[in-house]
Amino acid sequence: MRIAVRTGAGAPCPTTAAHEDIPVNVLLDHLAEFREGFIGTVWLTVASSVLALLLGVVLAGFRVSPVPPLRFFGAAWVTLFRNTPLTLLFLTIWFAVPQVFDFGFDPWTKALIVLSVYTSSFVCEAVRSGINTVPLGQAEAARSIGMTFFQTLGSIVLPQAVRTVLPPLSSIFIALTKNSAIAGAFSVTELFGWQKVLSDQGFAIAWLFLWVALGYLVITFTISGLFRLLERSLEVAR
Amino acid sequence: MSSSVLYDAPGPKARMRNRIYSVIGTAAIIGLAVVVVMRLADRGHFESEVWNTFNYSNVRETIRDGILTTLKVFALAGVLSLVLGVLLAVARASDHRPVRWLATGFIELFRAIPLLITIYALWVLFLTYKGDLGAIGENNGFWALVLGLAVYNGAVQAEVLRAGFNAVPRGQVEAAYALGLRKSQVMTMLLLPQAVRSMLPTIISQLVVTLKDTSLGYIITYSELLYAGRQLANTTLVNGQYIYVPVIMVVGTIYVAMCLALSALATWIEKRGRRTKTGIAVAAAAEPAEAPGVLDPAAVPAPAAAAGETGDAPLAAPAREAEGPKAAEGPKGPEGDTGEPRGDSDGPVGKSN
Repeated sequence: MRIAVRTGAGAPCPTTAAHEDIPVNVLLDHLAEFREGFIGTVWLTVASSVLALLLGVVLAGFRVSPVPPLRFFGAAWVTLFRNTPLTLLFLTIWFAVPQVFDFGFDPWTKALIVLSVYTSSFVCEAVRSGINTVPLGQAEAARSIGMTFFQTLGSIVLPQAVRTVLPPLSSIFIALTKNSAIAGAFSVTELFGWQKVLSDQGFAIAWLFLWVALGYLVITFTISGLFRLLERSLEVAR
Repeated sequence: MSSSVLYDAPGPKARMRNRIYSVIGTAAIIGLAVVVVMRLADRGHFESEVWNTFNYSNVRETIRDGILTTLKVFALAGVLSLVLGVLLAVARASDHRPVRWLATGFIELFRAIPLLITIYALWVLFLTYKGDLGAIGENNGFWALVLGLAVYNGAVQAEVLRAGFNAVPRGQVEAAYALGLRKSQVMTMLLLPQAVRSMLPTIISQLVVTLKDTSLGYIITYSELLYAGRQLANTTLVNGQYIYVPVIMVVGTIYVAMCLALSALATWIEKRGRRTKTGIAVAAAAEPAEAPGVLDPAAVPAPAAAAGETGDAPLAAPAREAEGPKAAEGPKGPEGDTGEPRGDSDGPVGKSN
């Protein structure tokens, strides 16, 4: 992926003008920082995807469970976090959460927590509607041969829900990639941070915008490609 | 599938067990809440002096102005995004290849780029050419936020409307051409009204996203509600500490209330649309930017939106089966965000040549 970005960078800007005048080669001169930002974005996206997926599946389990307080907790979580702006959540963990806990986190961990919590509410809804598309008879059959709630959910319903959940998950993770840009504004190393720092140094914003956009395009296309591969490998003839 | 199928109607033993779980669960949730409240109270965030600051008229005016600014940005960005969405959707259904390609490129580019990146780039651009831009240069934060939101959400709304166009049965378009209607008449009298009607819940849900994203103005230091709140907390010192916690509580409640009100409207329209028997199916009130399944015309009647309601599943399975041969016509997967031109990108209008 990185190689593709590099060669793509070389092609449209063959001029070797000093970057103070015509900063078209801003990418080549700051390749190390760009790479750092790119890896930062990828790493943050991957880590929070995994955490959001775990949290989201557990919450979806809560929402269909026989225990009312857990159902209520799941519903409250989803309603709260789906209707709160992500920037406000960032502010909350930066200024309000340290008042509750004595120990602090570094900015990267805080960003990871915020992104996972926010995304988990969307994952939960996707998984729950996936559970709802599994034919009724499947769960009935599982129940009638004596499976427990966890067995029914874990070995019958969830594996079949995976196929319908994959397409929405793909775009939830693409949205997560895009949302991770906000972490850059809160001093986490990633692509938006690169754009911000260099634009503060006076480089032309158009070129920075182009390179950062290209970086995000590479990540989002990789995600949708991976999910298409997954969908194809899980496809069954009906 | 109704979730109650996952477990039997509980017998005496299971009822006892569930009751114990309920008690433990409730205790855990309440305990967590109590711990958080106690800790915050320990640090003096619930002192009357702290909350008394909200009785000062200038504090109230700051918050009111923040809300008004957020609503102003939202109103303008919402209207612009809808106008842009209609234009882009019509352009993408055009017969002329260059127009179609331009619209497709614009939509896919701006949907793929984080909104923050677009807003920041516009802001820096406006700051750089401040002198030449007149009113826009004066109000650079406002216009960067509005135009960034309009461009991104316009691209998403265009996709929503395109899904609406695709949901209109092809026979209607053919009948219209057979009656001698022109392309523009088919678009304005047939496709657009039905697309808007069927996609209204999704359009409003995307407006909720627009409203939430106005808070990105915080990052370009434009004083909408969130930034105004931050400034307020930053300059108000009570009992030796800044009032971040109360301000976050107040501002958060306002945001959640505004978004919930708009979401409730979307859900209400969806439910209302489901009641009527005529016309094409009304789409789910889901946010297309986060869940692209709603943009897939094949998925419109899917039970994703009706999740949680019982008795939907038996209908859903045959519906998906019936979609099978139709989906096989073109390579349109349930994917909405891939940026891949779909097989049916000529749109219904292009079919008529």
